[in-house]
Amino acid sequence: MTDLNLEETFYEFIKTIATGIPEDIYTAIKNAYEKEENPVAKTQLKAILEDMEIACKKKRPICQDTGTPYLWIEIGEDFPVKPTKVIKQFTNALRKVTKEGYLRPNAVDPLYFKNSGDNTGRYIPWIHVEPVPGDKLKVYLMTKGGGSEAPSTLVMSTPLKGFENLKKTVIDAIARAGALPCPPVIVGVAIGAGADIVMSLAKKALLRPIGERHPDPKAAKIEEELLKALNKLEIGPHGFGGRLTALDVKFDYSYRHPATFAIGVVTSCWATRRGIIEISPDGSSKMLTRHLKLVDGECKIV
Amino acid sequence: MSEARVFHLKTPLSDEDVSKLRVGDIVYVTGIMVTARDEAHKKILEVIESGEKLPIDLKGLVLYHCGPVVRKREDGSWEVVAAGPTTSMRMESVEAEFIEKTGVKMIVGKGGMGQRTAEAMKKHKAVYAVFTGGAGALAADRIKRVVDVYWLDELGIPEAVWVFEVEEFGPLVVTIDTTGKNYYEEKMKEVKIKAEKIKEELMKVEFE
Ligand code: SF4
Repeated sequence: MTDLNLEETFYEFIKTIATGIPEDIYTAIKNAYEKEENPVAKTQLKAILEDMEIACKKKRPICQDTGTPYLWIEIGEDFPVKPTKVIKQFTNALRKVTKEGYLRPNAVDPLYFKNSGDNTGRYIPWIHVEPVPGDKLKVYLMTKGGGSEAPSTLVMSTPLKGFENLKKTVIDAIARAGALPCPPVIVGVAIGAGADIVMSLAKKALLRPIGERHPDPKAAKIEEELLKALNKLEIGPHGFGGRLTALDVKFDYSYRHPATFAIGVVTSCWATRRGIIEISPDGSSKMLTRHLKLVDGECKIV
Repeated sequence: MSEARVFHLKTPLSDEDVSKLRVGDIVYVTGIMVTARDEAHKKILEVIESGEKLPIDLKGLVLYHCGPVVRKREDGSWEVVAAGPTTSMRMESVEAEFIEKTGVKMIVGKGGMGQRTAEAMKKHKAVYAVFTGGAGALAADRIKRVVDVYWLDELGIPEAVWVFEVEEFGPLVVTIDTTGKNYYEEKMKEVKIKAEKIKEELMKVEFE
């Protein structure tokens, strides 16, 4: 074990996520803006693009709700820093980014009505750790807005009615929420054995980039069909109609129990702030996602 | 939808200013916007109820449903870092009374408001408009200066009443006008009908 300290690396990583919208979302909104014919929807998309650019230029949070931090850590069995230390160093970096105003303190004790003031608290950040072969560390981070969680739904279906209920659940969740989760939304959908499994998978699915299809052809078809159907709702940006209600649908599944068919839906807003970093055993790091970032006074995708 | 009409308005707003606005119009506001969320609504109504004077006359001003992210500069002045709208529906139970007692002419928030507010807007001549949900950096950019802040110690940063001087704050889309028309109510009904049809079609697509 070495004394490798990753705090500085994590600090830059979190700051990038808070102020730099991911490339896939920026591009999708930009393309939609160019194609949109509904004049009010078009003004909304333009405002969103302007917002992303100002956040980048001025290094400010993209949205004032800077969300709850969710972490997925894949740690190589030969990576030189222990998982407990990785988590501690990440948490320190998170506190620092919050203190400097890039994240709003969003962690509230539900029993004692107290805001911890630094985005940490019981089970927050919410962390999944997975040991993997190799000597690298991969960290996935999503800072998830409160309102964007609102339409999320769990349905425990019978297997015979499984796919019928899946279709119903997804359409109803988005139709009922209207403008509240700040559409255009990204929708994570999962089916599997148990309630926790499908909610977890549906949330993790939101990490996949827009436009990428599931490798399984049946799963890919589910994504495509649900996306097509959702965009026929014509809720549009902030509820003003037009062709873009959902940026994408991301589907995943686990094997199920013969008697169960759990359906999980987790939604996210246009301001889905997420990214991936990979760290090598010598401490060098590389971003695996591209973001809108300030380079030599100009905002570029890097 | 045809081209949207665009208005550039300055506060204080008059009855005439807001009466010409219709659902779907786009407005850019220059002047004074005052923030209030749940707690601030309660506070302001309590002060009025007790017969005391409010620290600021709200007549003709724009009320903004917003809990901003602010930080103090080294010289002691405030910097607004992000200031997008919060969900307006949380204020529905007190908004009609608020409009009547304060004389605000425009309310800005996100997601729309309900029937009681729409009725009060018709009666007292006021409009409701939304600012793009989530666009907190854009909003902060249009805020030129923090003029004042009230009840900061008592309510805390997001809930305090912030007085912002704004320039071309927008795009704001009118969704309740002075005729009492409520865009989101109609839109949600439409979406519900569409959802039924879409589900029916989707049932014919084989997933298994
Ligand atoms: S739903 Fe997303 S964009 Fe809207 S306020 Fe919440 S975090 Fe911001």
